[in-house]
Amino acid sequence: MSYMDYVRTFKLPHSWCPGCGIGTIMQAIVRAFDALKWKNEDIAFITGIGCSGRMSTYINTNTMHTTHGRPLAFATGIKLARPEKHVVVVSGDGDALAIGGNHFIHAARRNIDIKLIIINNSVYGMTGGQVSPTTPQRFRTQTTPYGNIEPNFDVVKLAIAAGATFVARESVTRPRNLEKLIEKSFQHKGFSVVEAISNCHINLGRRNKLKDQITMLRWINDRIIPMNVARRKKPEEIKDKIILGIFHEDKERREYTELYDELIQWAGGDK
Amino acid sequence: MRKVVMPGNETIAHAAIAAGCRFYAGYPITPSSELAAEMSKLLPKVGGKFIQMEDEIASMAAAIGASVAGMKAMTATSGPGFSLKQEHIGLACMMEVPVVIVNVMRGGPSTGLPTHPAQGDVMQARWGTHGDHPIIALAPAFPTEIYMETIRAFNLAERFRNPVILLIDEILAHTYEVVEIPEPGEITLEERKLPPSGLNRLDFYTYNRREGDPPLLPNFFQGYNFHFESLAHDEMGFPTTDPEKVAYLARLREAKIEKHREEIWKNEEYLLEDAELVIFAYGSVARAAKEAVNRLRAEGAKVGLFRPITLWPFPEIPLKKAVGARKVLVAEMNLGQMVYEVERVLRRDVATLFKADGTPISPVEFVEKIRGEL
Ligand SMILES: Cc1ncc(C[n+]2csc(CCOP(=O)(O)OP(=O)(O)O)c2C)c(N)n1
Ligand SMILES: [Mg+2]
Repeated sequence: MSYMDYVRTFKLPHSWCPGCGIGTIMQAIVRAFDALKWKNEDIAFITGIGCSGRMSTYINTNTMHTTHGRPLAFATGIKLARPEKHVVVVSGDGDALAIGGNHFIHAARRNIDIKLIIINNSVYGMTGGQVSPTTPQRFRTQTTPYGNIEPNFDVVKLAIAAGATFVARESVTRPRNLEKLIEKSFQHKGFSVVEAISNCHINLGRRNKLKDQITMLRWINDRIIPMNVARRKKPEEIKDKIILGIFHEDKERREYTELYDELIQWAGGDK
Repeated sequence: MRKVVMPGNETIAHAAIAAGCRFYAGYPITPSSELAAEMSKLLPKVGGKFIQMEDEIASMAAAIGASVAGMKAMTATSGPGFSLKQEHIGLACMMEVPVVIVNVMRGGPSTGLPTHPAQGDVMQARWGTHGDHPIIALAPAFPTEIYMETIRAFNLAERFRNPVILLIDEILAHTYEVVEIPEPGEITLEERKLPPSGLNRLDFYTYNRREGDPPLLPNFFQGYNFHFESLAHDEMGFPTTDPEKVAYLARLREAKIEKHREEIWKNEEYLLEDAELVIFAYGSVARAAKEAVNRLRAEGAKVGLFRPITLWPFPEIPLKKAVGARKVLVAEMNLGQMVYEVERVLRRDVATLFKADGTPISPVEFVEKIRGEL
C-alpha cells in the first residue's frame, strides 16, 4: 500500500491552478489515510462546492461532491446510517463559514464523529476571488475593490465555542506538520476541525501584491507562529500572527452516534 | 388488516416504517410537525435513526446522505421548508438517489397561513428545483390511501432511484380518520437493486442500462469507491462538460420516468360513463368533489370525477381518455396551477373553481358552481 492508492490517478492531472495549496493538503490527507491504514471502502469523503470541493473527484474512496456549504449535513446522514465508518469532510472557507456556517456550528455542537478539514485560502477561489469570512481586513477582492472592512471569523475559537472536541490549525507551508496533525485529528473520536491555511495567489494574491505562489507562501510563512513559540511571546508581539497547533482536545465528551446507540436502547429498540 | 384511528401525519409515519424507512431528518414546521414527532418515537424502536437537523436544507441533505449509505430515507416539511429543500431535491435527481419528501401543503406564499390548508405547491413539486429534472409526485386523498401511497412512494423512489414527493394538505394531515392497515404480508416492498460485488468496472451510470432503466449504482461502503457527483457527469460519475455526455445522462434520467409513466400513473374515475361534466380534482378537494357528485347525481345531474393520485408525471393519456369531449371543471385550493396542465393536454379552455383563502372548497360550493355550468 502507498498513499497513491487513495488517489484516483486516472483522474489526474487535477484542475487546480499551478502552485495551489489544495494539492499539498490533499497529499497530507492521503498520507494520513495511508499512515492509519484505513481501507478505501471504509472511508466516506464528502466535499462542498469550490476549488476545495473538487478534491472528492481525486480521492479513491466513497466520495460525494455535494452543494455549496452543505457537505457536513450530507456527512451527518452518512455517519448516522453507518457509524462504524470513517467520514471525512473537506470544505472551503466560504463553504464552511459563510453559506455553511450553520451546519458547521451544529455539527460541532452534536460532536458527531466527522473529521472536518477547512481549506482556508481567505477567498472565494472558484468564483473568481470574492471576499470571504476570512479575508484579511483592507485586502482587495473582486467584491471589495476599495479594501475589505469586515472583521474575520476566528475558525478555532468558533469551533471550540460551538463544541468541537478536536480543534487545530496548520499551514500548507509546513506540509509534514499538516500531515501529522490531520492524522491525529483522524484518530480523534468526535467532531474534529483542522483549519489548513492555504494560498490563492491567483484570485487573492494577484489583487494584493502577492501575485505568485512563492511570494504568497512567504507572506503566509511570515505570519504563522507555532503554538509553543507563541507561548513565550508577549501578547502584543503575536497579535497579528496566525498561531498553529492543537488548541483543544476533549476526550471526555460523548460522541453523537455512540449516544444514539444508547438512545435506541432507552427506546427498547434493537440496534 | 387492522383498523386504527389516526391523523394523516401519523399514518404516513407508520406507513414509512412498514415500507422499510429507517432514517428521518427534519425540521419542525406546521402542519407537518406531528409526522416528525411520530418518526422520533417509532424509528429508535426499530433500530432506525431520527434526527432533527438545524434547518430543512440540512434535513434534505442528511436524508440523501443516509440513502447513499444504504438506508431508506425520508424527510417531511411544509411550505417555507419545501422551498428550502429544493436545491437538494435537484441534487438527488442529479445523483439519482432514492429519497421520499413529504410536503404537507399550507397557505402561502411566504409564511402565509401556517394552520390552514392549500394546494399551492403542486407546481413547485414539479419545477421547484432549478434545471430540467425528472420527478414523481403523489397526492393521496383518503386515509387508507395515504398509507398505501406512502409505501408506493418508497417503492417508486427505490425502483427508479429518484426523489418522490408525497403531497397532502393540512386537512388530511390533521383529520383523525379510520385507516385500514394491511398486515406486513399484504404489502409488496421494492428493495434497492445493487450491483453485484466483484464487478471490475466504473461506468456505473450506464452499466447494463438501456434507455428507460434506472441506473444500477452501488451504495457507499459496498466496495466500489463510487463517486456521487452534483455537477453534470459522465458515465463513470465524474464531472464533464462534454455536450454529448451531458445530454446522454440527462436523457437517461428523464427516460427512466417517462418510459414507465403508465405504471406510475394512478387515478380514480368516479361515475364517468354517462357524465356530461367531469370534475378534475385531487387531494382533499377531490373528497368534496366526490360528495358533490353524489348530491348532484341524486338530483339527476350527470356529473363525474377524475381524480389523479399521481400528479407528476402528469396523467396525460388517462385524462384525455377519461374526459373525451366532455365539459370539464378543474377545482384546486390555489389560484389555478394544475389547470394549465389540464388545458395543455385537452387543448381547450375549461371551467374552474379556485380558492386560496385558507378554507377548503365545500361540496355546496361545488354543487352551486356545477348547477351554473350544466
Ligand atoms: C448555493 C450556491 N451559491 C453560490 C454558489 C457559487 N459558488 C461556487 S464556489 C463558491 C465559493 C467558494 O469559496 P470557498 O468555499 O472558500 O472555496 P474555494 O474555491 O476558495 O476553495 C461560490 C460562491 C454555488 N455553487 N451555490
Ligand atoms: Mg476559499
